[in-house]
Amino acid sequence: MGSSPSHSSSGHAGKSDPFAPAPADRMVKVPRPRSDAEKLAPKQDDHLHTEYMQIAMGPSHPATHGTMQMILTLDGETVIDADVKIGYLHRGFEKMAEVSTYNQVIPYTDRLNYVSPLCNNVGWVLAVEKALGIDVPRRCKWIRMIVCELSRMSDHFTSIGAGALELGGFTPFLYCIQAREDVWDVTEEITGARLTTSYTRVGGLRHDLPEGFAERYAGMKAYILNLLKDADALLTRNRIFYDRMANVGVIDAATAVSLGFTGVCLRSTGVDYDVRTYAPYLLYNEVEFDVPVGKKGDNYDRYLCRVAEIHQALRIIDQCLEKIEPGPVNVADWNVVLPPKEAVYNSIEGMIAHFKIIMEGVKVPPGEVYGYIEGGNGELGYYLVSDGSGRPWRVKVRPPCFAVMQGLRQMIVGGNLADIVPTFDTLNMIGGEIDR
Amino acid sequence: MAQHVVSAIKDRFPEAVVSDHAFRGDETVVVKREFLLEVCLFLRDDPAMDFKMPIDVCAVDYLGWKEPRFEVVYHLFSVTKRQRIRLKVEVDENDCVVPSCIAIWPGVDWFEREAWDMYGIVFAGHPKLLRILLYEEFEGHPLRKDYPQRGYQPLMPLPTLASEV
Repeated sequence: MGSSPSHSSSGHAGKSDPFAPAPADRMVKVPRPRSDAEKLAPKQDDHLHTEYMQIAMGPSHPATHGTMQMILTLDGETVIDADVKIGYLHRGFEKMAEVSTYNQVIPYTDRLNYVSPLCNNVGWVLAVEKALGIDVPRRCKWIRMIVCELSRMSDHFTSIGAGALELGGFTPFLYCIQAREDVWDVTEEITGARLTTSYTRVGGLRHDLPEGFAERYAGMKAYILNLLKDADALLTRNRIFYDRMANVGVIDAATAVSLGFTGVCLRSTGVDYDVRTYAPYLLYNEVEFDVPVGKKGDNYDRYLCRVAEIHQALRIIDQCLEKIEPGPVNVADWNVVLPPKEAVYNSIEGMIAHFKIIMEGVKVPPGEVYGYIEGGNGELGYYLVSDGSGRPWRVKVRPPCFAVMQGLRQMIVGGNLADIVPTFDTLNMIGGEIDR
Repeated sequence: MAQHVVSAIKDRFPEAVVSDHAFRGDETVVVKREFLLEVCLFLRDDPAMDFKMPIDVCAVDYLGWKEPRFEVVYHLFSVTKRQRIRLKVEVDENDCVVPSCIAIWPGVDWFEREAWDMYGIVFAGHPKLLRILLYEEFEGHPLRKDYPQRGYQPLMPLPTLASEV
């Protein structure tokens, strides 16, 4: 006390109560949650006798893809209050990760955002490599960028297609899902699986790109651009689609930032925060791409941002394939990456290295890191605490949907019951990621 | 990267900072619980700090590693200044209470509920500190290190529609 004159007036001497509130004029007003009796109380000065109604939307509702529940209080068709409940898909990812080696966690990350599993794989190994302090070969970085962008496209296609379906447009849904299938076919050629990819490894990749990938990709690109053009023609200038999407589910930039929004949901409000440009990881600073931003932060802006991001993702992959250079995809360190089978069977060093990595795991120095990448829906972060052993002490996933879904209540209250569905869709909640 | 943030906190609140360190470029400041809200308000409102976005709030259990047992970790980000900082608060096992930052950043709401759910840390001042990923009748806090990997829970009656609403 007294050493710092700048804050001497705030009275630290009387710090007997650790929870003394900070000055009220600088705090955000937090609304007190209303009890059910208050919510359902009959309305005043209303000569017609009307009552509020509470209904449970979900957890198994056709529109709540990704299981979640909303307890809605309705006045006719107007939403008065909404209580969003999640957790139906909780399976203890973080608890399981504490008894797995760093490489054994990779299959679990597939199931986080199950529409873009490759982003999760890449995000996890980047966090572990940050803790290890190693740098992977350039070819590996290019391939990781390619698979990340493929995943991002499949995420956006799902959101656009489902959004159209929810407003009654079945044809664009089929176009988008067909395009996603093609993206997943290419993913399958790279990784061997459509969803359970587990493609990355700490310090590299499971294997290199397949032969003839560039030609296969060129065919896919022409095909999905065609499908996207058709879906775009059916939706973007469609009167019904526009009227249902524009000015619905609006959120302003300051609120979105204070709620922790990232990704498309934040960029649609006009904030150009994208991890790929703000803190470039891999080789994103060597490719050119634009970050599409919206103006209003409504459903229509989010839709347009997603369409634009698909084009940007294709642009990034084109540049990656141009610039990709030959070379190894794994680091040459047997403490991190499994030695080649030849060395395992023919040399004692190789066999010991293999045994140590399989049985004890990659040893990560003690410390804590937060590794983050731009996932399909926003900033996907892994907070990792290591005690120096081969298994993480603590893993915390920062799922982008989690913060975004907090804002759902704000976006739907005051609107119509029927507008919940498109709003919920453009946020693109993924149950596996939000519930872990 | 955000070294000036660490020094700004230390200059402004010399008695609040327990320690600070940086590992792989992530700057961390451990602050005393009593000063958490003031430090957070400073970080949010000071024009050179401008940490308007709460990225993540989580707890860590250090049972058998260090004392005190728990830490609550805040990751903050400033969009305009493009800087990040990690704030930590140490929490004793017998006094698992931390002031809630919900009135500073509304976005910490669910993250604090999750930390309560998984670690049993009470965020004083949170208006609705209920479990979020698990159900209300769940016994214990599963991410604590003394909760078994295969813990069993008593069977619950199926919820009816009336009980859910």
